[in-house]
Amino acid sequence: MYRIVHKETVAPQVDAMIVDAPYIARHHQAGNFVVLRIHEKGERIPLTIADSDKKEGTITLLFQKIGKTTEELGTLKAGQSIMDIAGPLGHATPIEIYGHCVLVGGGIGSATLFPILRALKARKNKITVILGARTQDLLVWEDRFREYADTVLLTTDDGSSGRKGLVTEALKEVLDSAKVKIVIAVGPIRMMQAVSEQTRPYKVRTLVSLNPVMVEGTGMCGACRVSVSGKTRFACIEGPEFDGHEVDFQELASRLGFYRSEEAQAMEAFRKKCKGKCRSKGVK
Amino acid sequence: MRARDPKIRSTDFKEVALGLTEKQAVKEARRCLQCKKPKCVAGCPVEIDIPAFISYLRDTDFSGSLRVLRKYNMLPAVCGRVCPQENQCQGSCVLQRKGSPIAIGALERFVADYEMKKGITEKAEREKPNGHRVAVIGSGPAGLTAAADLAKFGYEVTIFEALHEAGGVLVYGIPEFRLPKKIIQREIEFVKSLGVTITLNWVVGRTQTVEELFSEGYESIFIGVGAGTPQYMNIPGANLNNVYFASEFLTRVNLMKADQFPKYDTPVKKAKKVAVIGGGNVAMDAARTAQRLGAKKVYIVYRRSEAEMPARLEEIEHAQEEGIKFEFLTSPKEILGDERGYVKGLRCDRMVLCEPDASGRRRPECSGEDFVLHVDQVIMAIGQTSNPILVKSVKGLDLWGAGYIVTDNEGRTNLPGIFAGGDISTGAATVISAMGAGKRAARSIHEYIMDTSSRTSPQKALSKR
Ligand SMILES: Cc1cc2nc3c(=O)[nH]c(=O)nc-3n(C[C@H](O)[C@H](O)[C@H](O)COP(=O)(O)OP(=O)(O)OC[C@H]3O[C@@H](n4cnc5c(N)ncnc54)[C@H](O)[C@@H]3O)c2cc1C
Ligand SMILES: Cc1cc2nc3c(=O)[nH]c(=O)nc-3n(C[C@H](O)[C@H](O)[C@H](O)COP(=O)(O)OP(=O)(O)OC[C@H]3O[C@@H](n4cnc5c(N)ncnc54)[C@H](O)[C@@H]3O)c2cc1C
Ligand code: SF4
Ligand code: SF4
Ligand code: FES
Repeated sequence: MYRIVHKETVAPQVDAMIVDAPYIARHHQAGNFVVLRIHEKGERIPLTIADSDKKEGTITLLFQKIGKTTEELGTLKAGQSIMDIAGPLGHATPIEIYGHCVLVGGGIGSATLFPILRALKARKNKITVILGARTQDLLVWEDRFREYADTVLLTTDDGSSGRKGLVTEALKEVLDSAKVKIVIAVGPIRMMQAVSEQTRPYKVRTLVSLNPVMVEGTGMCGACRVSVSGKTRFACIEGPEFDGHEVDFQELASRLGFYRSEEAQAMEAFRKKCKGKCRSKGVK
Repeated sequence: MRARDPKIRSTDFKEVALGLTEKQAVKEARRCLQCKKPKCVAGCPVEIDIPAFISYLRDTDFSGSLRVLRKYNMLPAVCGRVCPQENQCQGSCVLQRKGSPIAIGALERFVADYEMKKGITEKAEREKPNGHRVAVIGSGPAGLTAAADLAKFGYEVTIFEALHEAGGVLVYGIPEFRLPKKIIQREIEFVKSLGVTITLNWVVGRTQTVEELFSEGYESIFIGVGAGTPQYMNIPGANLNNVYFASEFLTRVNLMKADQFPKYDTPVKKAKKVAVIGGGNVAMDAARTAQRLGAKKVYIVYRRSEAEMPARLEEIEHAQEEGIKFEFLTSPKEILGDERGYVKGLRCDRMVLCEPDASGRRRPECSGEDFVLHVDQVIMAIGQTSNPILVKSVKGLDLWGAGYIVTDNEGRTNLPGIFAGGDISTGAATVISAMGAGKRAARSIHEYIMDTSSRTSPQKALSKR
C-alpha cells in the first residue's frame, strides 16, 4: 500500500498527488515513470514521475483524468492509499552538457518535463521551455518552470495566455534565432510529431517521450511496442524516449486507439457507479 | 485421466483435467512394478523417489506418500499438472515399452490434491533461525523453491517480486483451466508459513539494486527472474491492431482477469477467428484461452509437423478435443491489415520437411505454395527470452546467448554470493527444472554462507578487539 500524502487539483481535469514511495523516490531519475494499480480489480497504468523528494521519500504524480482509471484515481484523497506502485521504470533522459536545450510541453505532458528541466539546469545548460495548451487554464506548473528555465514561452490555441497558436511556431523562431543542441518534447502524439517535423530540416536531435498502452511495464508483455527506425522496440524498457525523427507516429496513434470502445464502456460503468461524484462529463 | 466434456469446458475457465478418484489412483499405483533400478526416477529432473511415493499410495497411506514427494518437490500439485511427463518420468517408465506406463503425474497430482481436499496442512519443519539473511529475486518456481529450502535451513529469506502478485509464470502465464490459481495460492501460503517474506512491486535493478541488497545485510542473492521477454516475429504487419504477443494476451487474462472485464478494469480484445503462431505450451494456452473468450474458430499455425511440437502431449490432445484447428507445416509470412490498421488475415507458406540434417532435425522448407487464413486476430507464441532489467544492472555478471546468466550445475555465477537458476540461466524450460535449480542453488548458498561466515568470523572477532 502506498499512502497518498497530499493531493490537489492543478488544472481542470488535472490532479497532482504526492505519494509515499521512499525506494522509488531514492532511485528516481528524470524521465522515469511508475506503473500503478489502484485496487485489486484495477488496471495497471503508467504515469511519469513528475517530481520526487528523496528526503521525504515521496514522489509526485500528475495526471489528466481522461478515462476510468485516472478518473477513479482522482477520487482518492490524502490519507488514502494506492494498492500497487512499481518503479522507477524506463530509461532516464540522457542528461549532458549540451548548451542550448529546448523543452516543448503540450498539455499535461509539460509537467513530466519538469524533472528533465531541473536535471539539465543542474548541468548548467541554457534552457528554453515552450509550453502549449488549448487554453490558459490547462497550463500547469508555469511558475515552477520559470524558476529553472532561462526563457519560458507560452502558447495557447485561443490566445488566452502567451501567444495564440501552436508550439511549433514558437519553436521555429527559437530554432531560427539560436544554435539549439537538443529538443525534448512531451505531449500529445500529434504535437510530438509536429515538433519532430519542425526540427528535422534543422537536423537538431529531438527526443520524444512515447506513451503507448502498457500492461506490466517491465518488458514482459510487448504491449508497449513501437516502431523506431523500422525496428520494433519496447517502450517500457528501451524508452519511453526515442528519436522523434525515426518514430512511426501513425502506428502509435492507431495502436493507442485500439481499446477505445472498452475504455468508453469502463467509463460509462464507472460514471453510473459513482453517481456524479466523479466530475468528468463529456469524456470522449 | 478424467477430463470435463470438451463442449462445456471450452466455454469456461474451470479446470479441464479432473484427476483420479481414490480408487483409480490406488489401482494405478498397484500396477507399478516397484523396480529395483527404477528408470522413471532417472527421467524426473529432480529425481523423486517415485517407487517410494507410489508404494505408500498402494497402501493408501496418502500422507506418507506426500511426505516423500515434498522431500524432493515443493510443488507436487503443480508438477503433477504441468510436467511434460511423457518426456520425463512417465516416458522412462519400464512399462512404456508395452505402451502403458504408470501415470506418475496423475498419481502425484492425486496425492497433493488429496491433502488439500482433506484440509490437512503440512507442518513446516525448519531449523532454528541461524541469523543469516538471503534475498531471492523473482517468485516463480525457481525463486519459491530456493526460498523455501533456505528457510528450512534456518535462513531469514525475503523474496522480491516485480509484479503485484507472486508465482511467476504460474500466475501470469499458465491459465486457470490448466492450473487453478488457488493451488498456487496454497503453495505460496506454505512458503510464507516457513517465515519467508514476499515483497511485491519490487523491480530489482530499478527499485533497488543488487549492491544495495548486499549493503542492507543480505549475505547472498538468488536470481530467479525467468525468461519473460517475448520473442518478436519480424514479419510485415506484426504491429497491427489485434496482433498480440501470447505473453500480453495471457497476462491480461490470467493476471489482470480481463476475461471478467468490465468487473475488472483491464480489457482484452475478443475475436471471431484467431490464428496462434507456435507449437509449444504457450501457443496451446493462448489458443484455448482465445476460444474460451468466445472465438468461433482458432488455428494453431506451426512450421513443423505434429511430431515436432514441443507442447505437452495432454495439452495438444485437449486442444484437439476442444476443436482447435492445427495447421502443421505452415509458416506465417505476413499479417494482413485493413485500412484502419486492424488484422484481417495471415498469409502463410506451406512447408515440406527435408531430410534430417547433421543434428538429426528435419528442417521445414518452403514448398512455394502460399495461402491466406482469414482471421481477425493473430497471437504470436514463438518463444521468450531474457529480460534485461535485472541482468544488465549487475556489473560483471557472466552471460551467455541472448542475456542468460552463466551458472554451474549448483547455481553459482561468476560473482561471489550471487546465485541463479531457472529460465534465466537455462533459457525457457520447465517448471520442474526451475524448481530443481532453485533447490540446488539453495544448497550452494547454504554452503557458501556457512563457509564464508566460518572463515570470516575469526577476523570479525579480531577486528572487535
Ligand atoms: C510512459 C508513460 C507515461 C505517462 N505519464 C503520464 C502522466 O504523467 N500523466 C498522465 O496524465 N498520463 C500519463 N500517461 C498516460 C496514462 O497512462 C493514460 O492516460 C492512462 O493510462 C489512461 O487510463 P484511463 O483508464 O484513465 O483511461 P482510458 O479510458 O483507459 O484510456 C484513455 C487513453 O489513455 C491511453 N491508455 C489507456 N490505457 C493505457 C495504459 N494501460 N497505458 C498507457 N496508456 C493507456 C490510451 O491512449 C487511451 O485511449 C503516460 C503514459 C505512458 C506510456
Ligand atoms: C504460457 C506458459 C505455459 C507454460 N506451460 C508449462 C507447462 O505446462 N509445463 C512446464 O513445465 N513449464 C511450462 N512453462 C514454462 C515454465 O512456466 C517456466 O519454465 C518456469 O515458470 C520458469 O520458472 P522461473 O522461476 O525460472 O521463472 P518465472 O516463472 O518466469 O518467474 C520469474 C519471476 O521473476 C520476476 N521478475 C523478473 N524480473 C524481476 C526483477 N528485476 N525484480 C524482481 N522480480 C523480477 C517475474 O515477474 C516473475 O514473477 C510455461 C510457460 C509459459 C509462459
Ligand atoms: S516432478 Fe514431474 S517429472 Fe518428476 S515425477 Fe513428478 S511429474 Fe514426473
Ligand atoms: S519404472 Fe514404472 S514400473 Fe518401475 S518403479 Fe518406476 S513407475 Fe514403477
Ligand atoms: S508494457 Fe509490457 S513490455 Fe512494455
